[in-house]
Amino acid sequence: MKITTKLWIGLGILIVLSPLGLILPDHFKAGDAWGEWGVDAFKELVGYIPQGLEKLSSLWSAPIPDYAFKGWEEKGLGSLSFAYIVSAIIGILITVCVVLLIGRLLSKKE
Amino acid sequence: MHIPDGYLGPATCGVFYAVMLPVWTIASKIVKKTLKARQVPMLAIGAAFSFVIMMFNVPIPGGSTGHAVGGVLVAIILGPWAACIAITVALVIQALLFGDGGITAIGANCFNMAVVLPFVGYYVYKAISYNAPADSKRRVLAAGIAGYVGINVAAILAGAEFGLQPFLHHTASGQALYCPYGLNVAVPAMAGEHLLIFGWVEAIVTALVVKYLQKQAPEVVEEGGV
Repeated sequence: MKITTKLWIGLGILIVLSPLGLILPDHFKAGDAWGEWGVDAFKELVGYIPQGLEKLSSLWSAPIPDYAFKGWEEKGLGSLSFAYIVSAIIGILITVCVVLLIGRLLSKKE
Repeated sequence: MHIPDGYLGPATCGVFYAVMLPVWTIASKIVKKTLKARQVPMLAIGAAFSFVIMMFNVPIPGGSTGHAVGGVLVAIILGPWAACIAITVALVIQALLFGDGGITAIGANCFNMAVVLPFVGYYVYKAISYNAPADSKRRVLAAGIAGYVGINVAAILAGAEFGLQPFLHHTASGQALYCPYGLNVAVPAMAGEHLLIFGWVEAIVTALVVKYLQKQAPEVVEEGGV
């Protein structure tokens, strides 16, 4: 088997396992990454919400925020894991297409 | 390490976009000269790997989370300039589609994770693995150390970017406008958690894949750099 085929299979395995990145933090009661808190968290953290931060934070509304479907925020870990895997598939498909396109434009023929 | 919208002021965001535009241009020119058509699938795999490995949030029990970037690995296999392009694509899609990292912070996030991380990692790897045969254990060790150093330098830099904000932008009464934590808090926080936990994740991921490639496709490790 070609090495690229093996690596594609490896990526597939990583996609299936990706919900571990959701389940483990939940299990160990770990919160957001440092510096990636939601706006509301600042009241508790520093006692006020920085004005500029509040304004800019809502600048962009991503179609699949935090790798979860809109309106699914309150769903259980099972549904969120499903959304996480779908997000990984969508994200990787687009990433691969964009890189293949760039690669085609940039690479030289042998 | 994905800085969201609102944490960096307009000046910082602008500076990093201004820095990244020529970097992306140079990266395209260099990759255009060196990337062979048969390496393109590997570049796509590298970008996809970086994308998905960043979804594996590793918890600090009761604390925060973090993740590997996989960028040092891509740099070891395809060179730092190609890695820059691959990681940039992953970061831009994460920001636009999934709101992971802000769109105003794409310049800064790309500078940290798509430039500093792969370049530092690449040269650490090159220095330690100098003259080592493709199948040597020194290459595995070099990959691990390179991953550890690369992600930590990037994390400390991100900490510095956060930490500069309260000095750059605040109201008359002293309230921060953007990230409210100064260098004395942000740098130790970002450095500490990456030195203690997430750096090791990047180190192990990088070393394990290099070890796997040595066995399965030694020519990939040998080529080392586009």
